[in-house]
Amino acid sequence: MTTRQFGAPVQRREDPRLVTGNGRYLDDLGHTAYEAAFVRSPHAHARIVDIDVTEALDTPGLVGIWTHEDLEGPVGEHLPVLIPHPALIAPRTGRALAKDEVNHVGEAIVFVVAEDRYAAEDAAAKIRVDYEFLPAVVGVEKSRAATELVHDDVPGNVSAHLLQEVGDLDAAMAGAPHRLSLDLSIERSASIPMEGKGVYAKWDSDAEHLTLWSSTQTSTGVRAAVATRLGLPLAKVDCITPDVGGGFGSKIMHPWPEEVLVPWAAMILGHDVKWTEDRREHFISSTHERGQLQQVEVGFDDEGRVLALDVKFWHDNGAYTPYGIIVPIITATQLLGPYKPGTYRVEFWSLYTNTVLVTPYRGAGRPQGVFAMERTMDAIADHLGIDRAEVRSRNFILPEEMPYDHGLMFQDGRPLKYDSGDFPASLAKLKALVGWDDFAAYREEAEKHGRRVGLGIGCYVEGTGVGPYEGAHIVIETSGRVNVATGLTTQGQGHQTAFAQIVADELGVPLESVHVTTGDTRKMAYAVGTFASRAAVMSGNAVALAARNARAKALKIAADALEVSADDLEIEDGVISVTGAPDTRMDIGMTAVLSNPLRYAFDEAAKAATQFAGTFDPDKPPVADDEEPGLEGKDFYSPTQATFANGMHAAVVETDPVTAEIRILRYCVIHDCGTMINPMIVEGQVHGGVAQGVGGALYERMVYDESGQLLNASFMDFLMPYASEVPHVETDHLETPSPLNPLGIKGAGEAGTIPGSAVIASAIEDAEGFPITRMPISPVELWELRQRHERGEIPSLRRAHSTTTE
Amino acid sequence: MKPAPFVYHAPRTLDEALAALGEVGHDGKILAGGQSLIPMLSMRLATPAHLIDINGVAGLDTIEVADGYVRVGACVRHAQLERSEEAYAALPLLRQALRNVAHPAIRNRGTTVGSIAHADAAGEMPSVAVLTDAVMEVCGPAGSREIAAGDFFTGPLETTLGADELVTAVRFGRFPSNTSTGFVESARRSGDYAVAGVALALTSGDGAISAARASFVSVTDVPDVLDLTEVLSGATAEDVAARADGVIEAVRAHVTPESDIHASADYRRMLAAELTRRLIAEVISR
Repeated sequence: MTTRQFGAPVQRREDPRLVTGNGRYLDDLGHTAYEAAFVRSPHAHARIVDIDVTEALDTPGLVGIWTHEDLEGPVGEHLPVLIPHPALIAPRTGRALAKDEVNHVGEAIVFVVAEDRYAAEDAAAKIRVDYEFLPAVVGVEKSRAATELVHDDVPGNVSAHLLQEVGDLDAAMAGAPHRLSLDLSIERSASIPMEGKGVYAKWDSDAEHLTLWSSTQTSTGVRAAVATRLGLPLAKVDCITPDVGGGFGSKIMHPWPEEVLVPWAAMILGHDVKWTEDRREHFISSTHERGQLQQVEVGFDDEGRVLALDVKFWHDNGAYTPYGIIVPIITATQLLGPYKPGTYRVEFWSLYTNTVLVTPYRGAGRPQGVFAMERTMDAIADHLGIDRAEVRSRNFILPEEMPYDHGLMFQDGRPLKYDSGDFPASLAKLKALVGWDDFAAYREEAEKHGRRVGLGIGCYVEGTGVGPYEGAHIVIETSGRVNVATGLTTQGQGHQTAFAQIVADELGVPLESVHVTTGDTRKMAYAVGTFASRAAVMSGNAVALAARNARAKALKIAADALEVSADDLEIEDGVISVTGAPDTRMDIGMTAVLSNPLRYAFDEAAKAATQFAGTFDPDKPPVADDEEPGLEGKDFYSPTQATFANGMHAAVVETDPVTAEIRILRYCVIHDCGTMINPMIVEGQVHGGVAQGVGGALYERMVYDESGQLLNASFMDFLMPYASEVPHVETDHLETPSPLNPLGIKGAGEAGTIPGSAVIASAIEDAEGFPITRMPISPVELWELRQRHERGEIPSLRRAHSTTTE
Repeated sequence: MKPAPFVYHAPRTLDEALAALGEVGHDGKILAGGQSLIPMLSMRLATPAHLIDINGVAGLDTIEVADGYVRVGACVRHAQLERSEEAYAALPLLRQALRNVAHPAIRNRGTTVGSIAHADAAGEMPSVAVLTDAVMEVCGPAGSREIAAGDFFTGPLETTLGADELVTAVRFGRFPSNTSTGFVESARRSGDYAVAGVALALTSGDGAISAARASFVSVTDVPDVLDLTEVLSGATAEDVAARADGVIEAVRAHVTPESDIHASADYRRMLAAELTRRLIAEVISR
């Protein structure tokens, strides 16, 4: 019996190659290519008065310099708004090179190509740009005040305004026995993948064909965007993603200016051109996320049940909105988590600032929403003196209420309707894992030794696997080798393993014979991309469907050759045999031979196939009317809606009574992403997600000064946590299958990150005895909060225990 | 993030190195471990016209332990000194401090003398140099000379070293045999530049403290020594806690921290004082 691969903790097949330095990332390609560098704006908001390249012209190795006025046609036009939305009333995008005005530090102004990157930077350093300074709008508060504008023609700095309401909120709020208000704030962070962006282009002037490689999360998107900008037929452009060293959302944005300019230069110059983003460029010219100010008003009954939830928030979208308003829409909808407030109203304003643009970063608006909701839950519990977990459970949507329709519109424009989940069961598991009910005793013991500890909790629901579709194409060779192509990209998720596990099971072949290709438009031209925790759901189901088609064809061919009914056949370990008569058999590779009537005897398999040649019928064509040569299967998976995963985290923290240093003692995760393809990979996703969640809670932030300078644009000062800062993650899983797809799976990619700030804030608040309303938090900030608390500027929690500050 | 053009010199002897340095003077930079210099070059924060790589210069990579000092050559890596059992036996503070210098990979390449010559007030080893009354052995076109640590540091990244001079070795002074030392720092992440750090030497006689000195990381403009003898004299492990207020007051008065994006000056002052208090309690009870 073949071992079932689906659900097994199979070790990642790609890792031996990647961890031994044999990965091929963007910068590993194109050693003879010219290289590009950019003159980027050192100012947050300015008019470009003059650009003088004279001094740069004699730089050794220089190939070319371009400013906006040199760009032809669509190359110089505004970049597209990828995801328009009716509420996005004032979309604005930048250009490949700035024209007349720059709106954030890092915006590209001059494009330089030279024989290598050193020479390109030498030339860039000699280019003089004169600016007329404009006032910089930095931070949500300044943008909201709108005394200065980012874009002259966008009043109030408001790009989008959206209000959604379910039920009669005002009446419910007025009638609520208790009401609380919270003012909350979350600062900016960013994806910061280990590998920055990069693009390499090769123009074949004979074939008039452009091949580009991009470190992207969507090769099909980049291909289409570049073809349009450069005026090339789609058939004359291909885009390939090599190994990608992480994306976390930053690389789903496209086309980046460099993705347009580098191929354009390759065509003009008739020479390969490459651009590899350096770390500083990534900090100031890629994308950030998270910055929001939030106001919550909640009305609830004596039991802590939410009767009315009224949320307003102001979202910092940076200088431009090429990716639309996906992030605040997700905040607005996913804020609800596992809860069912009696009535809900959410209103947001998406605001321009003179800072790096904002597009989804792992979690994509959910960490902010969960922060708002979970801070509210903790506040209700404290107000009523009810256990925090108990208040949550009283507001849960129950399993018997699934599917649950919130009456809101989700990010994909479809109803926010949860497919499945068992929140009470998840909470019970979490309480058991962290020892929720024993914590009071633990705290008492710790306090005897002068230690200050706290317990925090955070719950979330994550819409995953958004459409519209993914496809898969499977080709089985005569050797029995199975080639699987799916168009979405891979940036570390283990697709070579997970998709192969699915195909191995569906086809009944060994895992080793399955080979997966992703993100190559030559192999699969229709694809969306790897983001929104969608790859496993979308391509996972697509490869399963394609494999089922290939299997059906293999069985039909084998049934004809063996003169049995296909219903009597089974496939195990790559061998097709008659159930109960294992000697009547053929390898799956043999059916591939038989599928192709052109059968030059290249190999032993082809020779052996002659025994199954069947009776020659001169009245029939070699390939039947409803058949194609070859053993292949192709299919697409397109769901009606997203599938909703969920999870609950708890953390125990210790805060130093004097220095306010914060240490995470324990971090516990209950995770439900439906049926798991590979629990080891899911666990890895959770660990990585928690690392980014902890980073966002305690370490990372984008420190802009008033003039819009990013003060920590390097790994020296941007504090991405090291392994030494990431706690050991204790996990337990619940598998509530999704009824929406054949495999019952939900996405897992972003899960670990989402409740990080909520959980850590909850735990610190519990340790300190006063509310934590801003994240991230550093020791110095906690120390200052203690001083304000002592001065009476911050109230104590009602439940505040004996802990006192120095 | 690629350096501006520079001329690369790879001298094989000290004389060749000094000759090259004499020729280029202010236009040149010494490259030893490169852990501070290379990032500065890559970000074009420094654009020296000449780089004089002393890694190939013979005779600069030795550690010598003598009666009064531990002598460390200009090309001795942090890791080499950290792992030297002889150096540890003679002057435990070296290993105690070196363990806090960045990460192992950086210590494998970075040099102790280079980090002192770089004179970053956030560096651990300059503060060790002053606490041990170290002596810099310096060579230049005019010959060799010695500079006491107390006279060496003049400001952040500034020293009395001439542009055409090279520190060939540092002699860290050994403490009297009845001295215990310790080093502690607090960084936002393990291995980062410290928010505050302290090196401590407690000398005792008849079971009580007879002398106490401390130096600091990241909270003073230049590394210098705070003499805590008056505050701690006569204290024992049992009663040192009673001196805490005096220690905290002395440290707070001594340090001159500045605010940056990681911590305010007030926080750093508090932290330096608290770390010193805790370190004294730990060292005295060993």
